[in-house]
Amino acid sequence: MILWLLIGIPLLAAPLAWWAERLSSVAPRWIAFAALISDTLLSLWFWVFPYACDAAEHGRWLCETRTPWIPQWGIALHLGLDGLSFVLIALIPAIGLVAVVASWTEIRERIGFFHFNLLLALSGVIGVLVALDLFLFFLFWEVMLLPVYLLIGVWGHEHRRQAAVKFFLFTQSGGLILLVSIIALAVVHQGAAGSPSFDYDDLLGLTISSDVGRWLMLGFFIAFAIKLPIVSFHTWLPDAYEKAPTGASIILAGALQIPSAYGLLRFLLPLFPDAAREAAPIAMGLGIVGTLYGALLAFAQTDYKRLVAYSSVSHLGIALIGIFAMNRLALQGVVLQLIAHGVSSAALFMLAGALQERLRTRDMRLMGGLWASVPRLASIALFFAVASLGLPGLANFIGEFLVLFGSFRAHPWLTTLASTGMVTAAIYSLALIQRTFHGPLRVDRDLPDLSGSPFAVLVAMMIILVWLGWYPMAVFSATEPTLPFLHYLEPSTPNAAPWQPIDDPSTLLLQPVPHLPHGSAG
Amino acid sequence: MTTTDLFALSPILAMGSLCIMTMLGIAVRRHHATIATLAAASVVITLGTLPLAASVAPRTVAMLLRLDTYALLYMGLVLAATLIVIALSYHYWTLRVNDREECEEFYLLVLVATFGALILTASVHFVSFFLGLELISVSLYGLIGYLRTRRAPLEASLKYLLLSSTASAFLLFGMALLYFQTGTMVFAEVGAAMAAHGTKPLLWLGGLTLVMVAIGFKLGLAPFHLWIPDVYQGAPTPITAYVATVAKVAVVALLLRFVSDLRMAEMQILDPFFGFLAAASMLAGNFLALLQQNVKRLLACSSIAHFGYLQVALLAGGPFAAEAVTFYLVAYVTTTLGAFGVVTVRSTPLRDADTFEDYRGLFWSRPWLAVTFILSLLSLAGIPITAGFLGKFYAIAAGVQAGLWPLVLLLILNSAIGVYYYLRLIVTLFDRSTAEITIETSASGHVIPGHWATVLSLSVIASMLLWLGSYPGPAIDFIRLVVTDLATTALHARF
Repeated sequence: MILWLLIGIPLLAAPLAWWAERLSSVAPRWIAFAALISDTLLSLWFWVFPYACDAAEHGRWLCETRTPWIPQWGIALHLGLDGLSFVLIALIPAIGLVAVVASWTEIRERIGFFHFNLLLALSGVIGVLVALDLFLFFLFWEVMLLPVYLLIGVWGHEHRRQAAVKFFLFTQSGGLILLVSIIALAVVHQGAAGSPSFDYDDLLGLTISSDVGRWLMLGFFIAFAIKLPIVSFHTWLPDAYEKAPTGASIILAGALQIPSAYGLLRFLLPLFPDAAREAAPIAMGLGIVGTLYGALLAFAQTDYKRLVAYSSVSHLGIALIGIFAMNRLALQGVVLQLIAHGVSSAALFMLAGALQERLRTRDMRLMGGLWASVPRLASIALFFAVASLGLPGLANFIGEFLVLFGSFRAHPWLTTLASTGMVTAAIYSLALIQRTFHGPLRVDRDLPDLSGSPFAVLVAMMIILVWLGWYPMAVFSATEPTLPFLHYLEPSTPNAAPWQPIDDPSTLLLQPVPHLPHGSAG
Repeated sequence: MTTTDLFALSPILAMGSLCIMTMLGIAVRRHHATIATLAAASVVITLGTLPLAASVAPRTVAMLLRLDTYALLYMGLVLAATLIVIALSYHYWTLRVNDREECEEFYLLVLVATFGALILTASVHFVSFFLGLELISVSLYGLIGYLRTRRAPLEASLKYLLLSSTASAFLLFGMALLYFQTGTMVFAEVGAAMAAHGTKPLLWLGGLTLVMVAIGFKLGLAPFHLWIPDVYQGAPTPITAYVATVAKVAVVALLLRFVSDLRMAEMQILDPFFGFLAAASMLAGNFLALLQQNVKRLLACSSIAHFGYLQVALLAGGPFAAEAVTFYLVAYVTTTLGAFGVVTVRSTPLRDADTFEDYRGLFWSRPWLAVTFILSLLSLAGIPITAGFLGKFYAIAAGVQAGLWPLVLLLILNSAIGVYYYLRLIVTLFDRSTAEITIETSASGHVIPGHWATVLSLSVIASMLLWLGSYPGPAIDFIRLVVTDLATTALHARF
């Protein structure tokens, strides 16, 4: 019930916000805001009272609900929540709040419909994160894409049409490949058990021949790779991020990259562990290429938003490495990195929106020297830039560090190569600050500095990054109980048994890590 | 012939006699609204006889027709689509009251075509097959060219006349060849004779191919699709909807029965041919659609592609294929009626709304109409929660189950292409630049009488699209039940 509520609040608020446009131009904004606030609080509920769910026994899922939907196909409305999904879910409505605040002054026409799409997309993302039926998963996957297409296509900047179409074509092709793989998996289940099933639990128990598994794994991988994105499937991303209105950029960078990483963790690896292990070096190689190539292109950009977009490609490359390292340490790192990256890139896009509103441009060649004119905006930008480059003490650092730490055991050479990504991140992040805020002042007008709610939101995001940087156990303690159920994971300690009870050495191994920043600070 | 036979035949008998009633009605009182109501009532009455026929189904009547639940399901689909076409036609003709064109016979022709479609869905014999097909085609010659003062409908009608009669000639020749070889015109007996024979003579194969060419023509499968864009564009929009739905549904109903009675799935002789038709239709339809600047032509090309997808499902063979095809068709009919319904509503007395300009900013000026159009387009594109998605889901599932990987991959590729041009149209609906102008023009249009019928049909279609897309369980159960009838009655073919 509570899971449906999580999806349902934004879903029901969406038409309400649309309709409320008749009342006044701020009503849709407030409705969206209220819906997202209550959704955030609801998702935090799990954090505060992890045992407050309706399920009496806490096996695999903290909370689970299941109703038959299309029984002929073995499709059910099956939702479930475990540690892995709920830390990510808590992020989604929060990012939505940021987007609503960032759009407060930017979106001035068709406000109701804008918020309708925004809420619908977020509801889709939350649905993806709790769906345990692959058909339902695909449904939410599509529900999250179409509104974003409209957000870009209707409210975007110049050449928005092309960017929106490109975004949708890429992700839709990926989606179709995913659909075929899902159907094929159900058909395999029909061959084995007599009736098709799209249920996660049923499919987990399926024995798939290695040849079929390889092809299906490839299908899932391509779909998630396009959306993540992975280099060579990434070309939609810079255009979409750049041309989208600020609110949509925030959603894209902060919330919409999570489902694909989650899909890899939740579906691809557990369903095809052997095929995934075979493909891991290739996938990690793609991750490294993405990290370095993204960083290189980010450095070469003159457009503020494109730079941040390419930096996103770079960071998600590291996430991909962590996902395919297939061990507990790296997995914990990936989850933290996804959250930190979501927050920091959402913040950077919000700042881009603030700059564009003031300067009417995103071209960094026309900026420069803004530090003197908008000190608060500039210093916040510096904070998020260094967060994104992985400064110790902030959440991004912990995430990337754990990813590299975890994957080093499995693939030392690849990891060594990947760690150069941390250096390149420093180069483009500092270049961003340098080009935008330092140097001679090129704008002769007086610019208003950040204030009011945007400022408050940005400060809140800073606090989150610092908090998770110093106390990442908040996330780890949530994901930790889930780890024993992810059987494909290799134990990250050399002498650990493959199936471990909850109070096992991996917790001990995780202990020193959160204290690292303590050490460096003290 | 017994009373039971008469019961079984009741839908066809009712439709036939109501056609005559409507004709006499026109002679008595030439009044648009009266005749339209009479036509709609005829369809409703015929729909009402379906349960009566179902009570004695399955039954084979006079060797020519088999009335099983399968045929009755397709009859229901045909009649429901006809009803909506009549509602749309009423809207279409009231726009043109000043044209002084006699529009009453229009409804009569629609009813006669539907009569043909009913025969086609039930036919198990070459004679009834040909009779039904020609009833549809001949009525359509008149319907397509009904606006005889305009150039495009006349051109479309002539083109359809020429190409359709060529296809009929192919069909007759193919039937003759099959009859020459087997000495029977009953599908199941032809099938049995073929199965008894070990090797297939070339003449046989030729006859079968010729019949399939004719069916391919009627369905607009590539490479026999050349008439589709012109006829769709030229015909009055309600008739375009009719050609796209009723005429094709009836032919698919026949094709499924033909394929199942002839046990073609077991013989697999024509599989490469079908595969070629499917691949060519998907590719040709989508690539042509990419080039279109005209909404009606775009929908025409998309229909070519959709029947390509349908062929993939059909090719899978077995009862599952019949289920998949039937579901796909139900979804497709609903979607297409929605799309052409919106085109009808947007039409003006002077011309049909077939340019992109006619739809620019529609979302902001007439949101509900636009939402219906968007739903239809999304359903055509196969986006979830719409009926079209489940149709595509079925097609893919059938293809995957039969291991037709090249065709399934082609289907995905084509769906991705399809999304592009549907989105192009959807984006136009949201375009804000000239939104104000469209509001102005729509405000000048007066409310026409009988508007509620159009509104009702469009809202029924929109809710059907959502219902089939979100809660298809009952529909699937029903189709499954009916399709098993198709498979079992094939065994006792004659009487």
